[in-house]
Amino acid sequence: MKHAILAGLLVWGLALMPATSTAETREYTLTIARQDVTITGEKLSKITVNGTLPGPVLRFAEGDDAVIHVKNAMKTEATSVHWHGLLLPGLMDGAPGYNGFKGIKPGETFTYRFEIRQSGTYWYHAHTLGQEQEGLYAGIIIDPKGPDPIRADRDYVVLLSDFSRETSGQILGNLKKSSEYYQYNRRTLGDFFRDVRQQGFSKALKTSGEWGRMRMLSSDLSDVTGYHFLINGLTKDQNWTGIFTPGEKVRLRFINASAMTMYDIRIPGLKMTVVAADGQPVVPVEVDEFRFGNAETYDVIVEPKDDRAYTIAAESLDREGFALGTLAPRVGLRGDIPAQRARAILTMTDMNMELMMRDDPDMDMSDLPDSGWAKTGAPEGTTTLSYRDLKSLTPQTDTREPTRDITVRLGGNMERYIWTINGKTFDPADGIETAFNERVRIIYINETMMAHPVHLHGMFVQLENGQSTASLPNKHTLIVPPGQRASVLLTANEVGTWPLHCHLLYHMSSGMMTSFIVHEQGTIAPSEASSAHKEAGHDHHD
Amino acid sequence: MTIMTKPLVIAALMALPGLSYAAENATHDHVGATYHAVRLETDYGRTKSADTASWDIDAWIGGDTHKLKLISEGELTDGDIEHAEVWGLYSRNIATFWDGQIGVRYDAEPKGHTYLTVGVEGLAPYFFETGAHLFMRDDGAVSARLRQENEWLLTNRLIMQPYAEVNLNAREDALTGLGTGLTSAEIGVQTRYEFSRRFAPYIDLRYERKFGNTADFARSNGEKPESLSLNAGIRWLF
Repeated sequence: MKHAILAGLLVWGLALMPATSTAETREYTLTIARQDVTITGEKLSKITVNGTLPGPVLRFAEGDDAVIHVKNAMKTEATSVHWHGLLLPGLMDGAPGYNGFKGIKPGETFTYRFEIRQSGTYWYHAHTLGQEQEGLYAGIIIDPKGPDPIRADRDYVVLLSDFSRETSGQILGNLKKSSEYYQYNRRTLGDFFRDVRQQGFSKALKTSGEWGRMRMLSSDLSDVTGYHFLINGLTKDQNWTGIFTPGEKVRLRFINASAMTMYDIRIPGLKMTVVAADGQPVVPVEVDEFRFGNAETYDVIVEPKDDRAYTIAAESLDREGFALGTLAPRVGLRGDIPAQRARAILTMTDMNMELMMRDDPDMDMSDLPDSGWAKTGAPEGTTTLSYRDLKSLTPQTDTREPTRDITVRLGGNMERYIWTINGKTFDPADGIETAFNERVRIIYINETMMAHPVHLHGMFVQLENGQSTASLPNKHTLIVPPGQRASVLLTANEVGTWPLHCHLLYHMSSGMMTSFIVHEQGTIAPSEASSAHKEAGHDHHD
Repeated sequence: MTIMTKPLVIAALMALPGLSYAAENATHDHVGATYHAVRLETDYGRTKSADTASWDIDAWIGGDTHKLKLISEGELTDGDIEHAEVWGLYSRNIATFWDGQIGVRYDAEPKGHTYLTVGVEGLAPYFFETGAHLFMRDDGAVSARLRQENEWLLTNRLIMQPYAEVNLNAREDALTGLGTGLTSAEIGVQTRYEFSRRFAPYIDLRYERKFGNTADFARSNGEKPESLSLNAGIRWLF
C-alpha cells in the first residue's frame, strides 16, 4: 500500500512538473478533406490532411501545451484524430464513443488541448471507420525537455503505409463476402503433391488434414493484398530519399502507419542501432533487420560511411512487395533493390496448442516443425531484432508485483471474417475494469493463425520480455504472434475508458476491440474491479 | 415470385435486431454494421436430347449474427422452365462455422407449392461447404435436401468445385412424381477461372439421377431417369 501511495505521488509529481516549468503553447490547424490524389498515377478519392497524404508531421517539445484544431472539411463523413501513443485525457484521445468524444461532424472543428508529457516518435491517425486506410495518418515528433539521449546529425521520419485503389468500405465489404477475396497465394493441389514428394504421402496428408479439420489456411499471412507500399507517401519509383554526408549519424524514425501490413525492415550494407521502441528510449541494440508490426514505431541510428546510395527496404510479411526508399549522399541516386524473399508458410506450431488439444486431445504433438511465422527468410548470420532485446533506457518507476492477471483471448473466425476478444465482437457495454493505480498483468492469448498487433490507448504497458522489472520496455502496441501468448504489466494510472484493439484495421472493424476502464481514484477498490472482471470474464468463456 | 418474397424480405429486415441496435450506438463505429453478398451463376448447355439453361442465386444481407438470405435456382429445358425455386430465409449464426435457418421455399415450377423450411448451413471440417434443409410442404408432405461442395485449387485462379446433392422424400406423391426415400441425386464439378472473385467463367459437368419410384414415375412420363449435362456459364459476385 505504501508503495502504491509513493508511486501515486511520483506519478502526480511527474504530471505536475511541466506545468511549473515554462510551458509553451504549440498550435496547429489540421484540415481534413476528401480530394483526388494521383500517388499511383490513377486519380483516386482519398482523405488528406492540409492537402497532403500523409498529413504534416507535427513537432512538439515535452512540456508543451498542444492545441490542435481539427477541421472536418469533408462533405458527408464524420471524422476523428487519435494521437497514437500519447498520454492525455480521455476526451482528447480521439476515439469516437469514448470518454465523451463524439467524433467531428462534417463542417465542424474540434480543438484538442493537452499537455505533452513525453518525448519520442509517435503518430496520429483517424479512428473513424476505415479513414486511416484512406489517408488520414502522419508522424508526431516530440523533443525531450532536457538533452536528447539519442544524438544524431540528421533526423528523418520514415513512415510506411499501404495504399489501396479501393476504399476501406469496399475492402471490408469484400472481406465479408469472402474472407479469401484477396488471397491469391493459397496452397494448391500442386503444392500438396510437392509435399507428397518431399515428405511422403502419409505426412503430407496428415498435415493437410490437420489444417482442413481446423478449417484454417496455412497461407494466411495477410488478409488484404493489392496494396502499393509507400514511404512518406511515395511509391518505390518515386523513391523517397534521405540525404547524408558520409560519416554522419542518421536517425530514422520508422512509423508503421499501414492498415493491414507488417514488414521486415532492412538497409543492406548498414547496421541499424535501435534506440527507441514505440517512442520510448531503449538501451541501444545493433541489428541487421527488424520485424515491424502495425502502429509500432522504432527509432534507429545508421552511420553510412561510403559515398553511395543505400536502399531502405520494407518487405511485406506476405512478400507481396516492398516499400523502398533511399539514403544517399545526393539526390537522384538509387541503391540495389534486394531480391524478394520466399513466402513463409505457417506450420502447426503457429496454431494455439490449447485450442488444438481441445479440438483433438489425442493429437500427436511430437515432431512439430519450427514456427512459420517467425521465419524471416534472412540469410544465415543475420541479426534480427527480438522483443527480448528491448531494454528500457530509463528505469521503470513502478516495479510493483501485479496483484492479478487479466486474460485477453484473441480469437476469430476467418471463414466469416469475424474477429473477437474473449469470444465476443466489440460491445460498447462490455469491458475490462481496473481501480486507479492498480498494478495488473495482461496476458494476451492468440488463438488465431494471424499475428495481432494489440494497442492499448492512453497508457504504456511494460512488455514482459525477460528483462528485469525495472528494465522492461514500454510499448503502446505489441505483436502477439500466431498461436502464442504474451504478457505485459500495467499501472492503471490514467483515468478513462480506453480502447484496446487489434491494430489491423479490418480486424478492429470486424470486432477485435474492447474497452479498458480505469476508474477514478477512490471510486472502486482493486478487489471490486477484479470481481467485476471475473463476472464478465465468466460470460466470455462460455 | 417477387410479389410473394418482397413483403417477406421487408418484414424480416425490419425485425433484424442488428439494425435497431446500430441506431442506438451511433457514436461507436463498427457496431451493428450490415454487409451483403450476391453470388449469381447462369449457364447454358446441352444434354443428349435438349438445350438446357440454369441459374443459381445465393444472396444475403445482414450482420455477423443475423442475416437474411435469398436463394433461387432453376432449370430450363428447350426454353421451358422445368424447375424454379425461390427461398427466403432468416439465418442466424449458432456455432462458429454454422448458421441455423428458417423460412419459406416456393416452387414456381413444378406445381406451385410452398414449403416451410428449416436447416443449417456452414463449413464442415475439411472445408466442406454444407447445407442441410428439411421442408414441410403446404399439404404436409415432408422432404429434405443435403448438399456439399468442396474446392480444389489447380492454381489460385483455376478452381474445381465438386459438389453433391441428395433429395429425400417421406411420402409417395404420384402427382409430383416423387417416390419415397432417396428420390434424386446429383453430382458434378464446376471448373472456373477466377479473373477476379467477382467474375469467373465456368464449365459445369453434372450427372443427375432419379431413384426408386421416382425413377419409375419419370419413365412412365416418358422422361429419362438420368441425365448428363455440360453447361458453360458465368459466375458473378457482388
